[in-house]
This record gives sequence, structure tokens and C-alpha cells, in this order.
Amino acid sequence: MHLATYLGLLHTSLNTLADAFREVGRGHGEEPDVEHTCLLLAGRIDRQTDALAPIVERYGEDREEEPERLHAAGLEGTRSGGVGLLRDLQDLYALSSFTDITWTVVGQAAQGLRDRELLDLVEDHEQETSRQLTWLRTRMKQAAPQALIAAR
Amino acid sequence: MNADAVPERIAEVWGARTPYRRGDAWPRRADIHLEEGVGESDVDRWVRSACVLCSNGCACDIAVKDGRMVGVRGRETDLVNHGRMGPKGLYGSWQWNGKDRLTRPLIRRDGELVESDWDTAMDLIVRRSQELLDEAGPLSHGFYTSGQLFLEEYYTLGVIGKAGLGTPHMDGNTRLCTATSAAAMKESFGSDGQPGTYADIDHCDALFLFGHNMAETQTVLWSRVLDRLAGPEPPVVVAVDPRRTKVAEAAVESGGLHLAPLPGTNQALMNGLVRELIVNKWIDEDYVAAHTLGFSELEKTVEPYTPAHVGEICGIEPDTLARAAEIFGTSERVLSTVLQGFYQSHQATAAACQVNNLHLLRGMLGKPGGGVLQMNGQPTAQNTRECGADGDLPGFRNWENPDHVRQLAELWNVDELTIPHWSPPTHAMQIWRYAEQGSIRFLWISATNPAVSMPELPRIREILGKEDLFVVVQDGFRTETAEFADVVLPAALWGEKQGTFTNANRTVHLSEKAVEPPGEARADLDVFLDYARRMDFRDRDGDPLIGWQTPEDAFRAWQECSRGRLCDYTGLSYDKLRGGSGIQWPCDGERPDGTERLYADGVFTTSSAACEDFGHDLLTGGTVSATEHKALHPDGRAFLKAAEYTAPPEEPGERYPFVCTTGRTVYHFHTRTKTGRAPKLRRAAPEPWAEVAASDAAELGVTDGDLVLVESARGRVEVPARIGRVRPGVVFLPFHYGYWDTGGEGHPRAANELTMTEWDPVSKQPLFKIGAVRVRKVEG
Ligand code: SF4
Repeated sequence: MHLATYLGLLHTSLNTLADAFREVGRGHGEEPDVEHTCLLLAGRIDRQTDALAPIVERYGEDREEEPERLHAAGLEGTRSGGVGLLRDLQDLYALSSFTDITWTVVGQAAQGLRDRELLDLVEDHEQETSRQLTWLRTRMKQAAPQALIAAR
Repeated sequence: MNADAVPERIAEVWGARTPYRRGDAWPRRADIHLEEGVGESDVDRWVRSACVLCSNGCACDIAVKDGRMVGVRGRETDLVNHGRMGPKGLYGSWQWNGKDRLTRPLIRRDGELVESDWDTAMDLIVRRSQELLDEAGPLSHGFYTSGQLFLEEYYTLGVIGKAGLGTPHMDGNTRLCTATSAAAMKESFGSDGQPGTYADIDHCDALFLFGHNMAETQTVLWSRVLDRLAGPEPPVVVAVDPRRTKVAEAAVESGGLHLAPLPGTNQALMNGLVRELIVNKWIDEDYVAAHTLGFSELEKTVEPYTPAHVGEICGIEPDTLARAAEIFGTSERVLSTVLQGFYQSHQATAAACQVNNLHLLRGMLGKPGGGVLQMNGQPTAQNTRECGADGDLPGFRNWENPDHVRQLAELWNVDELTIPHWSPPTHAMQIWRYAEQGSIRFLWISATNPAVSMPELPRIREILGKEDLFVVVQDGFRTETAEFADVVLPAALWGEKQGTFTNANRTVHLSEKAVEPPGEARADLDVFLDYARRMDFRDRDGDPLIGWQTPEDAFRAWQECSRGRLCDYTGLSYDKLRGGSGIQWPCDGERPDGTERLYADGVFTTSSAACEDFGHDLLTGGTVSATEHKALHPDGRAFLKAAEYTAPPEEPGERYPFVCTTGRTVYHFHTRTKTGRAPKLRRAAPEPWAEVAASDAAELGVTDGDLVLVESARGRVEVPARIGRVRPGVVFLPFHYGYWDTGGEGHPRAANELTMTEWDPVSKQPLFKIGAVRVRKVEG
């Protein structure tokens, strides 16, 4: 069974995502709403990671053997200015989408396994990911015109 | 009544009691105050108006003698105040008349503001405006208004900004006072619009005040409560406030409760109250099933908030919470009011929505005594929200609804694309951020004083002082903000111009011009119209965009814009407003006498076609999309919105061990521009102070009157200490004391030196009520 590979992937990508939210939050302290929301969301992703523990115990997780290209690459630092903010939020959007579809894939396995606990978990967490994506989309839509047209 | 017979209202803030029984009409009481030496028979004319010194909007007549305002009297027949006036209305509304007013435009030359004339000043503004439009487009322009202008002025400015320039950067200081009220109503009921009415005070048997120090912020409304409390069958009052205010005292005396949660924890408290209602089944299940959406999500979210858990988070006794919920759950008619203690605090919208939820769960909306008043801090704040001079489209229209945008485009005869609607209109905090970053380079500030009222003043002064920011300030006085302006325009004030405004109760009043403005000062409406003319804004047919010249014509234009919307004004007119006194919108052909309460039928403004907003995630402010909204099929059902409690962005710690909370007190209003110039009010509260609990004072070695230094990571103030009745660990600073009357000695007294640049994710209202500070005695 390869579910363990995907649980490993999920675990890694959640950690990467939480780190990335923290990084962007800290890097954009001048935008208090961005900082506050990023840190809030990072904390909630940590909670997801914790909630994954009993599942991992059940199915194991395979983190060594997964092919390198399955990794979600994290952020190396943040950029500055209006466009920099946009780009950073866009990176978060890409990472968040990656975990979103990873949850979906794991959810499909849960269906096949008729694992109710895992299914509930997936459902909760898909809502959480959609919250991240919604906020990122909202914030980027707000920032885009000013950054692309009026900023100097 | 003889003017001398009115008792001194500085000490007797709420005046004499006129007790009444539940369900009876609140007795009338004529309050009057005239200049010394002027008797009633000396008055030449009485001119119809209403007070703009707080959101109560008390109806009054202005006494005019020899072309000067010499006093006011409350209008007994009015539904808002039944003749009463508070100390600010009596002493502050007209006494600044004629003294140190701005009488000529000023322009900055070699760093100094010098007197000029209207042509030169307006030329400068128009030239800079056009230069920037050519170079960077409309996104370079921002407008920051007030909760003090008239409806006609907001609407005109809204059209200029949205259809003339096409900038989304318009907001008012209403963002600091009332944005959460609007946001909470949009989230729960689909649209802004106060469900309840002040008359609910006459009928309720339980009254909950959530973060609302009504005794000081709306003194006349509080008289109404005191009169109920003094009469037979008084209501039980519950107060939520970290300070032992007069409201809190009255609550305890009424057999009710005072809940004093730690600042920043309101959402935990509210989740606890909602949970108690649910677990004790104090809910109207039929109403919930027929008229609401989201119950199971709400139930799940509040599940962990047991009285014990809430008690721990909020620092209150679990029993008190349970008892408060019982009062709410078992009283027959509950009225709730909400204000800044919630609106300017952490998780503001979420907490205000929970108040709505309590009422929805009990089906307690739209009936006499059973209602919610999501209050305003400022008088004409309701009009910015209606008319689109803040972050909203006019007529409670939804920026995400193409039909709504099309309606406006047709009304104004402009291309839909001119009207910015690609994302929510820019909120005030973001406008200042863009100015800080240099992408907004033209900022027009009217009738407000951000150099005192905005959070984190050192930052605001830096932004206002930036070389590349062109600042226009339009006001009646040379305020702290005007000192930073490139151009200062002298504006006519209340009593010197004509227009209408609406209070927190949806009551529309007409305010007539009583006297001529001083010198060359002009009505704000005339200034905006002059700008539009000089900028030559045109519609699609090449005609002038703004087709009106007078306040009455502007009012008619607004009526068309409001047609068919919740805030329908089409049944009103200036003449009608001169007839009776105070009419509550919606007022149209079917409801010619106005509407006392909204949503009596349990049908809310939530259909996807009608609603003002599709809603937000209360935790992050992420917007619900049109598709998601339609999929929910709200069809008139209200939303029971839920959110967990999260820790506030700043909590007391080792370096800054106190929570600082700020607020208004009874004798001053918005940055004291007017009230500080009224001698009686000025003498009553000449300077700010820091209120600390007795136990904290003892530990700090501070006694009453000692000078203390209160410091946050952002700034500091030095003010005398008052041993007060805040809860231990909390410091209270009255805000809106500025510097115009200090002789220019540094910046050590405005509470907003310390407050933080943080805001609620949904309403974008800044957090004035929580901030970590340290306190120490200033020696010598
Ligand atoms: S209660 Fe408010 S509106 Fe009424 S007189 Fe006092 S300040 Fe004016």
C-alpha cells in the first residue's frame, strides 16, 4: 500500500506550508494584517499536523523513499514592496494548493479504505485549506491594482 | 421653561429623572441653554437642526440672535430625544461660534501656511490632481472623510470619487468608530441597516450593553434607560466592560450583572454565552429552522466554551457567565446594544456577530423590546455607509454584484468600468499604508483630524509630513492635521450650512442653516461641487457628471440612488422633514411615515440578488464568493456566523505588563476640535489622565494625581494618574486629546501615541482597546 508515501508527503508539505506562512508573516510586518493572518494560519496548520499523528500511527509514513520531485519547495526568503508582497502571497497560494490536492488524494484513499476517522479529518482540513486559499485570493485581489499600476 | 431653571448639566450629566413604566411613552422634558444674558424672548429665530456631537442625533432648534447662534433647545416632539439634550449638545454644539475659526484658504509657501484665496487654493488642488491623473491614474488619489458631514456631501463626494475620478480609495474616520457595526450586520443579515430602534428601551425587560458605555457616549439615550430604571417594572441590565462604569453600577443595582472580561477576550465570552443558550435550550427552534443558516457549525464552534473555560480566558467567574446567559435566555424582551468595547477590540466583527446570534437564536428581532442596536460612535456615520463616501457602494450595493454596479453606472451615466469594483473599496488603514509607501500621493481630508484620532500617531505624523504626499485639509478650525496640509480650506460648520443626516436609529433629520459662516468659509458641499466643476468631470454624453447645485437637489439625487434599496429615502423630502420631527428610513410610497423596526417578519436582506455583501470568513476576512453564496441559497435567512476565540495580536508580558484600553468620556467629542472650545466642557475635562486600579497603583507607588509615564512599543504619554475602577492589570486612557491647546510642547498626551496599527480582519476597524504598556511614576 502506498498510502504511507502520501501521508509522508502530506506531513512534509504541511510543515513546509506552516514554515512558509511564518516566513511571509514575519517578512511583511509592515502589513499588520498579513503578518497577523499568516501567523494565525501557520498555527492552525500546526494543529492539522498534530491531528495527523494517529493516522500516521495506523498506516505509517514513508518519508525517505518518496521521489524528490514530490516535495513542495518552501520559501527561501521574502521580497519587499507591493509587488514583492504579491509574489510572496502567490507562492503561498501555490504551496497551499499543493497541500489541498494532497488532502484530496488522501481523502480518496480513505474512501476506498472506508476509514471514517481519516475521512472526517480530511473534510475538516479541506475546509482549513480552502480558508487559506480564500484569504490569499482576497488579499491578492486587493493588493494587485495598486501594486501593478500606482506603485513606483 | 426658563433657561435658569435647567440644572447645571456638567455635574448633573443626565438631568432630572422622569420615570416611566414599561410600554409607556418616554415622558418629554424640554432642555434649553442660552448664552448668558439672553432670555427666550430675546431670540430672533429658532432654526431646526439636530445635534452632531454624538451618534444619538438629538433633535434641537438653534437660537439665533443678531445673526449669531446663542443657544439650543431640545425638540420635545422628536422621537429620538423627546426634548432632552446632553451636556455636549447644550454647551458644545454652538459655543465655538466665531472664535479662532478658519476664515480664508491657506496654502503652504516655503514651509509655512499662508493666507490665500479660493481661486489660488482650488487651482493648486486641481493642478496637482490633474498632474497625478496623467502620470499615475486615479489610484494616486485618496479621500478621507468624517462622521460629521451631511448626507448630501457624502453622496456628492462619493459620485466624484467613484464616477468622476474612479478611485477605490475613499473612507472615513467612521472606519475607526462604526465599521464593525456595519460589518456585523452585513455578515448576519446580508446588509447594513439597524434592525432595532431606540424605542425598544421603552419595552425591554432585559438590556444588555456589550462594550457600550452609554452613560458617557450617548448621554440622552442613557437618560432614557435611567428613567426606565427609576420607574415601575424596570429592566434588568447586564454590562460587559472591563471598567466599573456608571453603566456597570446601574447594572448591578438593577439586579443584573457586570461582566468585566480582560480586554481582547470578548469572543471567548460571547462563545460562552451562545453555548449556554444552546445547551440550556433557551432557543426558539422554529425560528432558527425557518429563518437562519449555519446552526450546526455554530454549535460545533462554541462547544468547547464552557463557563469554566471562558472564565479562565476572560478572567471572570464562571457563575457570572452562566447567570448572564440565563437572563438573556429567559427574559421575555431583550434589547442589546453594542459599541466600541467590542468594535475597537480584537475579533471585533466576530464578537458583534455573536450578539446578533444570541438574538437570532431566540427569535428576538424586530419586535418591541426585542432587538439589537449595533451602534455608531459618530453622528453622521450612518450616512457615509449609505452614500458611499466610505468603503461601500452607495445604497448598500454590493461591489461584487454586476447588476448593482450596472445600476449605478446607469444612474450616473458612466461606463461601468469607471466605478472601481474589482475588490472591496480600500479601507482607511490601507489608504494610510499606500500613502506611506508613496503610491497614494494626493490625500484630501475633510472634517476630521487623523493626527489625533488615528492609531499610532508617530507614524501618522510621519506620513502626513512626507514630501511627496499632497495633503488637502478641509475643516472649520486649524487642527493638528491642518498643520501638515499643503492646502487648507475653511469649511462651514453645523448651523452654517444646510443638509440632512441620519443617526444610529435610522432617523433622518434636516439641519437648516442658522447663520452665515465666518469670513470666506464655505459649505463642504460647495467645495466638492467646485472641485468637480474645475476638474470638468463629464458623463457619457458629455454633460457635467454632477447635475446638482443645492443641498436639496443633492438630496433628490440621493433619493433616486436609494430607490428600492433597504435604505429607501424616496418617501422623504425637505418639506416633510420640516413637518414632523425625525423619520426613520426605509421611507417610501408604501411606508410614508418611515419604519420603526426592520426584519419583524424574519425575512432578511440575504438573497444573492439583494445583499450588500456575500460575507467573509470571520477569522481571516477572506471573502465568500458569489458562487459560494448562491450555493447556500440564503433566500432571506440570516447567517449564524461562528468563529473560535484566538489570542489577541499583543498581550501583556514582561516588558509591557499592562493592557491599555482607550475611550471617550462624557465631556469631549472627536478630537475636541469643538468641545474643547466650549468653556464649560473644557473646564469639566481640561486634560487627559490615566486610570489605574487601586491595587496596581499601590504596587507602582502612585497616588491620585501623580504624573505617570505610560509607554508602549510605539509611543508614550505623560499624564496624571487617577485611581479608578478599571480591573487590575488594565490602564484606561481617555482618547482624542490632542495638542492644539497645549502651547506646542511635544507629543506627550494623546492616547493614540501608544495604540497599535492592527485591525479587525473583516471590518478593518483598528484595535484601540488593547495594547501592552508599562506604567511608572514620573519623579519630581
Ligand atoms: S446625547 Fe449626543 S446628540 Fe444628544 S445632545 Fe448629547 S451629544 Fe448631542
